Amino acid sequence: MRIALEQRRAVSRLRTWLTPLVALAVALAIGGVIVALLGKSPVVAFKVYLRDPLTDPWALQEVLLKATPLSLIAIGLVFCFRANRWNIGAEGQMLVGAICGGGVALLFLGQSGFYILPLMLLAGMAGGLAYAAIPAFLRVRFGISEILTSLMLVYVAELLLDYLVRGPWRDPKGFNFPQTPSFSDSALFQPFFEGGRLHAGALLAILAIILATLVFRRTLFGFAINTLGEAPRAANFAGFSERRITFLVFAISGALAGLAGVVEAAGQVGQLRPGFGQGLGFTAIIVAFLGRLSPIGAALSAMVIAVLLIGAESAQVVMKLPFDLTRFFMGLLLMCVLAGEALNRYRLVIRKEG
Amino acid sequence: MEMLPLVLASITVAATPLLIAALGEHVVERAGVLNLGVEGMMIVGAACGFAAAVLTDSSVLGLLAGGFAGMLLALVFAGLAIGLATNQVATGLALTILGLGLAGLIGAPFVGQPRPPIPPIALPILSDIPIIGPAFFRADPIFYLSVMLVIAVAFVLNRTRAGLLLRAVGENHASAHALGVPVRRIRLYAILFGGLMAGLAGAYLSLIYTRFWSPGMTAGRGWIALALVVFAAGHVWRLMAGAYLFGGLTVAQLHAQAGAIGLPSQLLSALPYIMTILALLVLAVSGRRGSGAAGSLGQPFVPER
Amino acid sequence: MFRMTTRRLALAMGLGLAMAGAATAQEKLKIGFIYVGPVGDFGWSYQHDVGRKAIEAAFPGRVETTFVESVPEADSDRAIEQLARTGHKLIFTTSFGYMEPTLRVAKKYPNVMFEHATGFKRDKNVATYSAKFHEGRYIIGRIAGKMTKSNTIGYVGAFPIPEVIAGINAFYLGAKSVNPDVKIKVAWAFDWFNPPKEGDAAKTLIDQGADVITQHTDSPAPLQQAAQRNVFAFGQASDMTKFAPNHILTSIIDDWAPYYVERTRAVLEGKWQSQDVFDGLAKGKVKMGPYVNMPPEVKKLAEETEEAIRSGKLDPFMCPIIAQDGKTVECKGGDRLSNEQVFGMNFYVQGIEGTIPK
Repeated sequence: MRIALEQRRAVSRLRTWLTPLVALAVALAIGGVIVALLGKSPVVAFKVYLRDPLTDPWALQEVLLKATPLSLIAIGLVFCFRANRWNIGAEGQMLVGAICGGGVALLFLGQSGFYILPLMLLAGMAGGLAYAAIPAFLRVRFGISEILTSLMLVYVAELLLDYLVRGPWRDPKGFNFPQTPSFSDSALFQPFFEGGRLHAGALLAILAIILATLVFRRTLFGFAINTLGEAPRAANFAGFSERRITFLVFAISGALAGLAGVVEAAGQVGQLRPGFGQGLGFTAIIVAFLGRLSPIGAALSAMVIAVLLIGAESAQVVMKLPFDLTRFFMGLLLMCVLAGEALNRYRLVIRKEG
Repeated sequence: MEMLPLVLASITVAATPLLIAALGEHVVERAGVLNLGVEGMMIVGAACGFAAAVLTDSSVLGLLAGGFAGMLLALVFAGLAIGLATNQVATGLALTILGLGLAGLIGAPFVGQPRPPIPPIALPILSDIPIIGPAFFRADPIFYLSVMLVIAVAFVLNRTRAGLLLRAVGENHASAHALGVPVRRIRLYAILFGGLMAGLAGAYLSLIYTRFWSPGMTAGRGWIALALVVFAAGHVWRLMAGAYLFGGLTVAQLHAQAGAIGLPSQLLSALPYIMTILALLVLAVSGRRGSGAAGSLGQPFVPER
Repeated sequence: MFRMTTRRLALAMGLGLAMAGAATAQEKLKIGFIYVGPVGDFGWSYQHDVGRKAIEAAFPGRVETTFVESVPEADSDRAIEQLARTGHKLIFTTSFGYMEPTLRVAKKYPNVMFEHATGFKRDKNVATYSAKFHEGRYIIGRIAGKMTKSNTIGYVGAFPIPEVIAGINAFYLGAKSVNPDVKIKVAWAFDWFNPPKEGDAAKTLIDQGADVITQHTDSPAPLQQAAQRNVFAFGQASDMTKFAPNHILTSIIDDWAPYYVERTRAVLEGKWQSQDVFDGLAKGKVKMGPYVNMPPEVKKLAEETEEAIRSGKLDPFMCPIIAQDGKTVECKGGDRLSNEQVFGMNFYVQGIEGTIPK
């Protein structure tokens, strides 16, 4: 007797959309058990983690603020993952974007002008794009797997940032602490509401959601990406250039990650410093999968993850629950989503045979 | 030069955990599976190993517990990636994230606790050879184990039927299946071995390397191990050379500083990653097929009847 | 603008029951702490947490304390604001990197009092405080100068910031005052708390001939490494004797408790004002662990040095101080360097080899 997987013929739309929710519920149930094992009330934990961030205006702003870079990066990753291209170096592309955008800000330090911020955004996108082009080029030209090259480049980008903020870009008035000077006002997103921190970066994320959705629903390019991912041979027969698509999905993904980097730099951080990335580029991978590789789904799941992250901080303050619990939970959530997707694709059958 | 044997001994200690973790992942990848969760299994191994050593007051039990914990986590990976044929890249990343959190939870009560060292073993005669003796033959028991493991893995992979089957599964799972090879079972064993090695490497870090548990103490060594496997391009011996090269870089970086050499330390830290990419490039340009990676690496396998 | 009428304090939910019972009593003063590392690092954050517990012990029933640990400096605004908006009236942010975030949040909450450790920017409701750890380093410098046989001492530094540079200088001046031939080698971990890296750095220094190790990073890893290689070392931030009982010489202990209690009392009595405090052995903010594993005459020397610094007779930076480039440093504090000069120290003194990393 053994357990085997059998391909399902058709999966209902409802079922595919319910999967992430069921996965979330399963992960929450397991998480609740662990909270109880740690001697805390799961009910209070659910309130602090999930309800408060959504019902309190201040926390809601913080959720949107956190969801902005996550959804920008995740939408880019949707392009790659749908085409079956495994760009897992978004963190590095984000950092290079922040470095390029931040470089512009430092160039105009102490100056003001409406053009500074747009210039930073462009520089950031260009930087992220160029950095993502490296693994794309290696894959297209030499057939080198993009998985490891893009990952290795994350660490190179981290060390580059480290070098810059400790060396040439270090704030001369910063007592040798590894950080750049704070950007001038023209190089910063101004908050929408006094006392809050939400800024126009969120609008960029919304724009990205709309554009990405249009590309996938209305354009041949979107169709070509899907075809390449699902049936590479068919894509070839249909005359889609595998190389061009590979390059383009990496370019889009890199540019969006770079944009996210600038949005963070010019938004809440206001300077460059080590540890700037906070692993957002990796978290975005979870976001992309949780959102079932659709742009709108990615935006929604970015909200879910942001709620969890904000909730995690409250939980630390209110319930003294360690942050590691949240990290564990995010890994668990991704596993549940993957398992759910697999069970949609296959049916588990028990066969009696040798 | 009285400094040389000391430096070599430091490199040995830096290279051993890299070598052990990479050796495990090497076997996994030979079987055609890409497990990006090495960092996660390693840190859980470090946490569980340390916790077990403190609770039982035995470093040996700690090392075993670390390996076992890594294996348990690998089992989760296998359940998803082999059992349910999920995407291996995403599953591996999930494993790393989960592992980092889990290790923090397990390790929390043990932060700040001391552990006595594991005494080194001096091999008779060999340890008296000048320079080489004190550098390599007065080492901790796990160092000797790592060398034996390299030999064992090289032998099993290249000289035994089991190794042949494993490589066949990795090269082309469809034809291996057609020939009646139990693809999924072999992969399961490979993944479990990989977890055992990663967990052991983690326990080495917390029980021998620093003798101290601290969150995030693997500090990216799991990723370096993955880079090493790529770097080695399928050859166990090159894996060993790479581990010592990368370990040497870690040590060189600090010596450069203490010796006041004006190289940015970040450049030296980035070298393992850059060298891995360059190694891939050289392999590709020199026209050898692929990069020495197994043919069906990373592809989920679902047997048809 | 959002209306705040529907706002619910997150804290009220978790502690609602506990609070209901005490509602009739006088409202408790809520005090928050932001830590850069885990509470269990046995170094920097651990000692701040000892100070936090001292507050609870000193004012039973009148205060309530909360901490958030391992808060990344790059993303700390939210955690600080979370404390401010959940009714914490006194907030200690305990790492240099929290300087700008603390000031930003403080502007939004003028009625909350902030205390930022080791920073140099203040505001009406932001005070700063730091400790003269370099006083302790002068003492251990003298011990190291006496104990070394190879005349090479290894120093594991975290970041090349003034606090650490001043520590290296004080240590070297102390060592040189008893041993003119002494040399020190510095290795940077570029991290406050990274046991493997700190351990590697210590190992490197020992490989290069150092037979006494000292550290300005937070974990006991360098100390452990020293013990394994059978050389002497010192504890940092807390009494680290248990990590290397036979190789530790003493520890420099950060004791924040008296300061935290004093500032809490000021708030309770309504006398809190923004200020800058920079003191050390004399006020008990810096303490020395037991002097062990050394001959009696070295112990005596250490005790005498400690007493001389405590009474103010001696200072690590007694003029004239000559910088590495041979120029004499201007003496702004009478017979010694001024607090400002030490707080912003950015040069090695004469005799230290190598350069401060750029």
